[in-house]
Amino acid sequence: MTQPILQLENVHTYIEQYHILQGITFDVAENGFTVIVGRNGAGKTTTLRTIIGLWQAKSGTVKLRGQEIQGQATSEIARAGVAYVPENMGIFGDLSVRENMILAARRGKFDTDRLEWIFGLFPPIKKFWNLAAGNLSGGQKQMLAIARAIIEPSDLLLIDEPTKGIAPAIIEDMIDAFLELKRMQTTILLVEQNFSFAAALGDDVVVIDDGQVVHRGAMDTLSSNPDLQQQYLGLALNE
Amino acid sequence: MSVFVKVAIFVVLVGSFDLLLGYTGMISFAHTMYFGIGAYGTGIALKSMGASWEAIAIGFLSAALLSFVIAVAVGLFSMRTKTIFFAMITLAVANAFAVLVNQFYTITGGHDGLIFQIPRILKPAFVIIPRDVFGVPINGTTLSYYGILLISGLLFLLMLRIVNSPFGRVLQAIRENELRAEALGFNVLGHRVVVSCIAAVLACVAGALNALWLRFVGPEVTLDLQVMLDVLLIVVIGGMGTLYGAVIGAGVFVLAETYLQSAIAYIAPMIQETPMLSVIIHPDRWVFWLGILFVVSVYYFPEGIVGRLRNRAIKRAATKKWMRW
Repeated sequence: MTQPILQLENVHTYIEQYHILQGITFDVAENGFTVIVGRNGAGKTTTLRTIIGLWQAKSGTVKLRGQEIQGQATSEIARAGVAYVPENMGIFGDLSVRENMILAARRGKFDTDRLEWIFGLFPPIKKFWNLAAGNLSGGQKQMLAIARAIIEPSDLLLIDEPTKGIAPAIIEDMIDAFLELKRMQTTILLVEQNFSFAAALGDDVVVIDDGQVVHRGAMDTLSSNPDLQQQYLGLALNE
Repeated sequence: MSVFVKVAIFVVLVGSFDLLLGYTGMISFAHTMYFGIGAYGTGIALKSMGASWEAIAIGFLSAALLSFVIAVAVGLFSMRTKTIFFAMITLAVANAFAVLVNQFYTITGGHDGLIFQIPRILKPAFVIIPRDVFGVPINGTTLSYYGILLISGLLFLLMLRIVNSPFGRVLQAIRENELRAEALGFNVLGHRVVVSCIAAVLACVAGALNALWLRFVGPEVTLDLQVMLDVLLIVVIGGMGTLYGAVIGAGVFVLAETYLQSAIAYIAPMIQETPMLSVIIHPDRWVFWLGILFVVSVYYFPEGIVGRLRNRAIKRAATKKWMRW
């Protein structure tokens, strides 16, 4: 059995007076693709933001490779090997595509082979290399945000709703890119509302509702069972 | 000569302020305080130790050290707060420093400031070439002039190097979104403290150069809020986050401030018979016209002159790329 790289144990997070995460517990397997799904406002994004330290957990533990990371600064968690692609793409619009990428290159220069691999995954990155990133389309910005997160190998890649507001054609390209990342055994924790997209990629699934984990297990189990989907998500994949 | 020297000194002062405001998104009202520390450090040393290079070196180095220490302290105590609180804290610190300068008048000269001597080699009486060259006397003043231009030019190149370095890119990332920068693993507070120290020391050098050129230091030419407002205005006119904007902005500002009254005096006799106009367009009202000029320039160039040109070039490049794509 694969060792979990990330473990959340009874995590409670408050945003001001609101109790958002109410005892979240789940593991993320190393080299696996775990997807968090759930309704709007269920606490999916807060879970990712708590892992990366943008929100501090009030209680509970978050462990990366067995080391507790809750309470650490976001920059420390990022340097410990967690890459994060936020919901709103998280690119720096005034900087060029190249500058956005080099910010994430830890040694300040690119690994040429890895860069070529990324160009293969996301051709617009190469095409608009010297253009201000603010001029890219929504889909291209999302590609840049993901490309920036994978320019350096990381232990864990957190991605928040990459398909939000993206054209269907680009979503197909993105599925191909994620499948390639899976093939490279990148550990990914993805938050996604689009269940078809999630089902096409995920090995494991965590369903969150009202700040609590209501289901976790293999993605195949959930994606092949319309009753379970209806029960946890209020929808069925084949409807 | 004075106009060019003032432009050169303002380029360093405004450029270093732009490192904070334009490149990192921090509004500091303490920037002219560092300018004042540089000027007072050099001035007090020259006054008390006599006109020597040692006095300049000791005065400047002490001022630079003090600026560095204050910048670290202000940074560590206030940069965790929101931008507006940081701005308020720097305003309070700058005000407190101005009050201290006035209180310690035995050292600083209080409101009257200090007049001091500079090394002989920098004085007009020190003749380098006995004949004029292209109608310009080559003496100590010429040496000071070119010295200040050279130092300002080198400092400008240094600032360009900083903003185009990996460190500069991180600053711009912090300006755009500090949480995103942090999520990439950058220590936002550390970067902010470092850039505020660099800006403080650069402003301190500008202050020292100003003191050496004027052979005078006083609160009105260094610590006054008006100097800070001038710096802000120059950044806005030139364009925030564009170091070249500091050059253009300082040039436009100093030229307007120096020659606007003369220009109005030239026009005034032509319209002296016209009622109303002759009252409004009068050399005594040059400050009013200076204000109008700045309002118009900010209205038509909200991103500043260099900012507007740069954005136009970026849009043109983007359109070309999209057409080919």
